[in-house]
Amino acid sequence: MKTKAITLSRRSFLKVSSLAGGGIVLGFSTVKAASSILDDAELFEPNGFIKITPDGIITIMAPNPELGQGVKTSLPMIVAEELDVDWSKIVIEQAPLNTEKFERQVAGGSGSVRSSWDSFRKAGATARKMLIEAAAKKWNVNTAECTTDKGFVVHKGSNKKGSYGEFASLASTMEIPKEVKLKDPSEYTIIGTRQRNVENKSIITGKAKYGFDTRREGMLFAMIARPSFGKKLKLFDDTATRAVTGVKNVVQHENSVAVLATSTWAAKKGRDALKLVWEDDGPLESTPDYMEALNKLIQQKSDAPKRNDGDVDQAFAGAAKILETTFEAPFLPHAPMEPMNFFADVREDKADLYGPTQTPARTRTDAAKALGLPESKITVGMSRQGGGFGRRLQSDYSVEAAMISKLAKSPVLVVWTREDDMQGGIYRPAGMYNYRAAINANKELIGWHLRAAAVNSGNASRENSFPAGAVSNFRVDSHNHISKITVGAWRAPNHNFIAFTEESFIDEIAHELGKDPVAFRLELLDRAKNSPSGSVAYDIEKYRGVVKLAAEMGNWGKQGVNGIYKGFGAHFSFGTYVAQVADVSIVDNKVKVHKVYCAVDCGRVINPLGAEQQIEGGIIDGLGHALYGELTLTKGVADQKNFNSYKLIRIPDAPDIEVKFVNSDAHPQGLGEPGLPPTGAAVANAIFAATGKRLKKQPFDLRIEPGS
Amino acid sequence: MATFKLNVNNKTHTVDVDPDTPLLWVLRDTLGLTGTKYGCGIAQCGACTVHLNGNAIRSCSLPVSAATSGKITTIEGLSENGTHPVQLAWDEEDVPQCGYCQAGQIMTAAAFLSRKPNPTDAEIETAMASHICRCGTYTRIKKAIRLAAEKGGKK
Repeated sequence: MKTKAITLSRRSFLKVSSLAGGGIVLGFSTVKAASSILDDAELFEPNGFIKITPDGIITIMAPNPELGQGVKTSLPMIVAEELDVDWSKIVIEQAPLNTEKFERQVAGGSGSVRSSWDSFRKAGATARKMLIEAAAKKWNVNTAECTTDKGFVVHKGSNKKGSYGEFASLASTMEIPKEVKLKDPSEYTIIGTRQRNVENKSIITGKAKYGFDTRREGMLFAMIARPSFGKKLKLFDDTATRAVTGVKNVVQHENSVAVLATSTWAAKKGRDALKLVWEDDGPLESTPDYMEALNKLIQQKSDAPKRNDGDVDQAFAGAAKILETTFEAPFLPHAPMEPMNFFADVREDKADLYGPTQTPARTRTDAAKALGLPESKITVGMSRQGGGFGRRLQSDYSVEAAMISKLAKSPVLVVWTREDDMQGGIYRPAGMYNYRAAINANKELIGWHLRAAAVNSGNASRENSFPAGAVSNFRVDSHNHISKITVGAWRAPNHNFIAFTEESFIDEIAHELGKDPVAFRLELLDRAKNSPSGSVAYDIEKYRGVVKLAAEMGNWGKQGVNGIYKGFGAHFSFGTYVAQVADVSIVDNKVKVHKVYCAVDCGRVINPLGAEQQIEGGIIDGLGHALYGELTLTKGVADQKNFNSYKLIRIPDAPDIEVKFVNSDAHPQGLGEPGLPPTGAAVANAIFAATGKRLKKQPFDLRIEPGS
Repeated sequence: MATFKLNVNNKTHTVDVDPDTPLLWVLRDTLGLTGTKYGCGIAQCGACTVHLNGNAIRSCSLPVSAATSGKITTIEGLSENGTHPVQLAWDEEDVPQCGYCQAGQIMTAAAFLSRKPNPTDAEIETAMASHICRCGTYTRIKKAIRLAAEKGGKK
């Protein structure tokens, strides 16, 4: 295989390789994410890959991990558009980790499409151009007279037509063009069309393989007894374990004991039979301790406010009225339906790792460190993933599997039970948010002060969220409470709760001022436009656009018609603007959410069917956790162990959902996360409209007061 | 260990496993039918749902010794080539996101529609309330079941 690389542009380069036996492989890498809006710490640089064989099989590699966000469908759609192929005839394959061919392969920050839009189009267009050049050479005609038609090169003058496969070998010898012309969007036949998930067929027939389904020659199943937080292993006795039929090995790894067996059930029985003695490893906190600590922090300013426009002290000193509200966020487990698991086959000089991960490169780096092997000796493959929600950004479970394989000298699939998964740490941090608003004698909002605190979260706030820019005295203080408990990014990190707090507080202020909550938001947007205070980190027109569209969709303005009360929420995250109206009613003293109307501006939509699905899922996720999500800790140990004590939303609570996308030809933005943040506020504000009760804590306390 | 005869997807298998082994792990680890999923192990999420004599049951909580007398159908055996009306409706409504829970959802929906070919929305919600979809595909599940009912989900 020969490879040549040339510079295509400042930011990307392409490589063409000739396949043994003929054919063309085109890979590309981008050095820097193309996204213009950097609103989150996690930004990711995407990659793509095309393979065309002489017998005409066109394969598009999907380099990013697929965990339900639909990138195995949407990313190849972008390549296929510029390559000009029949979407129904291409093969799509999940690429393994390859940092030479692909710059970075990550699922997170709603970043796959928004950062790969340019490079994926270029990859498709470059391949198409080289195929045209190969055909022109073979036919001895001018390239300008040739075009393509869904997987064929066509010569206009002679009506000659040949499939891409016919020119694949020759194309691989062509120079890579320095410049390629991308399609005008008016020519799109794939981008913007409603395409079903390319894996539907395998999912609905049970053929799709997830990490848990990994089966390899000689593999053993392993379950691990791990210490709870604040404990360490003193001693263990595995006599009974080794007597369990099917148990093949028991190994200790740090403070954990792994049982390896020929089946999952034998591994579980063996683990249950371990006699383990734990000892204390320092004190750990319980939920009331966290809340007390956070409550202390939110009474304080910080030395370095995250944002400080004007002078809030002066504003509050001169205020005619001060509103104050404190919101509380619980810890949450990610609880993906497929619990943690990973396959590892570690040998003396190499390691093969495979399973569900949102960050295969991190997995490899961390495994290399733990195993003492160079990264070049470690391969990481990605299975389809039963959800992730941020949990699989971590490498604890994959590195652990690698260590067990090394210690046991066996290929191993380490599987976690639901209890292991829920009690294994890495939670959405608990937080507390104190807001104060200063209102002057003219009934204007003149001051806004947020004091935020969360557990191990670094920055508990998102200080540039609306209405920052619209309030002349605006300050955000953020505090971090350090604890041994492990936390991590959870779908729409920080946004997932802070949007609820901001948008609930705005609703409260609007009511205090006697203003319609939607009209009040539009007034604030006008102010951010006409007399901004400090920087404005959102596009005011786009924000206004979704606010107005959602209000229109949800027939905003009439409360109590047929017992339906409406609430509004909006939020900007991951490059995308989302506004929602929730319809609720009180039925038999219970809150029922009937419908959520949702307006979205995410730039160009690649796959409207998949895009709607992401927003629907985000809304139900946001609603479900606002209604039920709560993980409490007693001395570091989660009180909830499984779905009988940790409640997730089920179908009877799922509302109807109507989604509209603003028609846009702007750069595509994120979709996996932005649907979630506004929902809690839209529903809480509707409940306020229905009952007069303000909800300040999640999960919502929906007990209806007698007489209300 | 003991020997059990199981009829799975119209084939008879003889398996040598512990009598307390849940059917789920026999299907997945012994017979290699990994389409049936583990989600909770305590019959709370429905990911492990299979049919036993046409009824939707939780294979994570049924010991293999209790499954020998009936016909077991898993997602792999629900139809030839994924053509059961419920499977077709799942594709048409583009239900799956991560997809992990969907085999269980489909098995319950298929058993439900065979008893109730024309369900009301409330009946659909009651029938499917025993399942969890963490991705939140519920609105599409409802649509797909309505669609399958229209197209003859009974089959």
